[in-house]
Amino acid sequence: MSQKTDHHVILRVVAKPLIPIIALFAFYVQFHGDYSPGGGFQAGVILAVAVILYSLIFGITPAMRAVPPVFTRSLAAIGFLLYGGVGVWALLMGGNYLDYDALFNEPPGGHDGQHYGILLIELGVLLAVAGSMLSIFYAFAGRVTEIKDEDW
Amino acid sequence: MLEFILERGNYWAIIGLMMIGLYTLFAATNLIKRLVGLSIFQTSIILFYISLSRIDGGTAPILYGKDAKSHGGGHGEEAAASHAADATHAAPDAAQNAVDAAHGAASHGMEHVYSNPLPHVLMLTAIVVGVATLAVGLAIVVRIREAYGTIESDEIREMDLDVALAEYAEDHPGEANPA
Amino acid sequence: MTGYEGANLAIALINVVLLGLLFVSAIAIARMRSLFAIVMLSGIYSLISATWFVALDAVDVAFTEAAVGAGISTALLLGAMLLTSRTAKPEKGKSTIIPLFVVIATGCMLVYATIDLPAFGDPDSPANTYVGTDYIERTPQEIGVPNIVTAVLASYRGFDTLGEVGVVFSAALAVILLLGFGERSLSATIGRKKGGRDG
Repeated sequence: MSQKTDHHVILRVVAKPLIPIIALFAFYVQFHGDYSPGGGFQAGVILAVAVILYSLIFGITPAMRAVPPVFTRSLAAIGFLLYGGVGVWALLMGGNYLDYDALFNEPPGGHDGQHYGILLIELGVLLAVAGSMLSIFYAFAGRVTEIKDEDW
Repeated sequence: MLEFILERGNYWAIIGLMMIGLYTLFAATNLIKRLVGLSIFQTSIILFYISLSRIDGGTAPILYGKDAKSHGGGHGEEAAASHAADATHAAPDAAQNAVDAAHGAASHGMEHVYSNPLPHVLMLTAIVVGVATLAVGLAIVVRIREAYGTIESDEIREMDLDVALAEYAEDHPGEANPA
Repeated sequence: MTGYEGANLAIALINVVLLGLLFVSAIAIARMRSLFAIVMLSGIYSLISATWFVALDAVDVAFTEAAVGAGISTALLLGAMLLTSRTAKPEKGKSTIIPLFVVIATGCMLVYATIDLPAFGDPDSPANTYVGTDYIERTPQEIGVPNIVTAVLASYRGFDTLGEVGVVFSAALAVILLLGFGERSLSATIGRKKGGRDG
């Protein structure tokens, strides 16, 4: 969170290629959640961690310019609405709330509804968790620090 | 006797960790240290649930080998497509097959032993909710620091008491100090 | 009861080592006064417990604990510590006796309660027989997803997860209400005054 990053050259050089890889790993975790450990919660947190690492190394202001706070809090709301919206879709198709079998009105034995339902709600979880965690981090980091850097 | 202790040693160790967290929560006056104690307490409860869900000789609850393939789970698309094709050709027949398969699975079980997935799911969400509540607690601590200038709970209590006494003296002039 | 003989000696050794590390870091947290060290040790504690979750076959939980407990919570604790103070006051000798007594009494009661618990790793324990095995057996037919944890999380218990997402969302709202949007530093450096937009 420090503005003076002159003596952190090594950190910056190491972090720069690492941040896109962390973000990419978040999407790997997200879309392989069906086959391996992982899912929306973990992916959302890892995606938030990529931005938090950026803001720790390059300062909070560039991070807020790259990923604006207004974007993160709308992301949280959109994710939550997407999750709830899948349930409403199932309702409209004549099933129960969040009953993915009803999404495409498949014959018994088909798994398409389950696959797409899980994919969509995991996407909702990803957006909601990443947005919420980043909003929380921005709220803490955006406060004016009382302890000076020199005191450390 | 030794076997009895070995079977329960894990639980006792986890209870020990839980009590260290509880002690930090009670004894510390610093509010951030208290929140750290609370998260130790929470983590040890999660450890307790997970050790209850473990099964000897079991593996992580991700289907593999025959368990994943024979039931059409492995590679979603083709398996689902073939299922759907079967179903359109002879829908009642396919439904009957599915029922039979379900009965078969219930009677002779799976190829591998998997540990119980239910506590994993509950604890996974508990961890995420735990960090959310930790964030709210920390936000309240930050506001307390701005209002009182300290985050030591005994100092905050003294300041509150002073304010209350001053207010009492203002409202009841001439009376003796209640403290 | 299967007993402990069948359990792998290596797993038992890993359990002992990891539990020892957990104890060391927990006791260090309870005794330390530097908040920076406490926060870092709590991150280490989370990471060790994540390792232990892997040894206990709970890979999804381990992943979450490593990402959330060791990652985000440490960052948040550091952020809050920057805004408050760096050292904790030492506990007075007198004020630690009552908590110690309460904690020891509670611990003894809990240990007494474990006598009735099923053995560690017992496949026939009530927790491991009914609904858990049912999920394992029905997931291939009903959901068609190999990761049973994902199937239970997203499909069987979709309502639960919706509630959890709601909790995370409302926690973010609560933090924003308490601390503001955090755009103060942004507007201060850019020089674009945003007036009363942040609290």
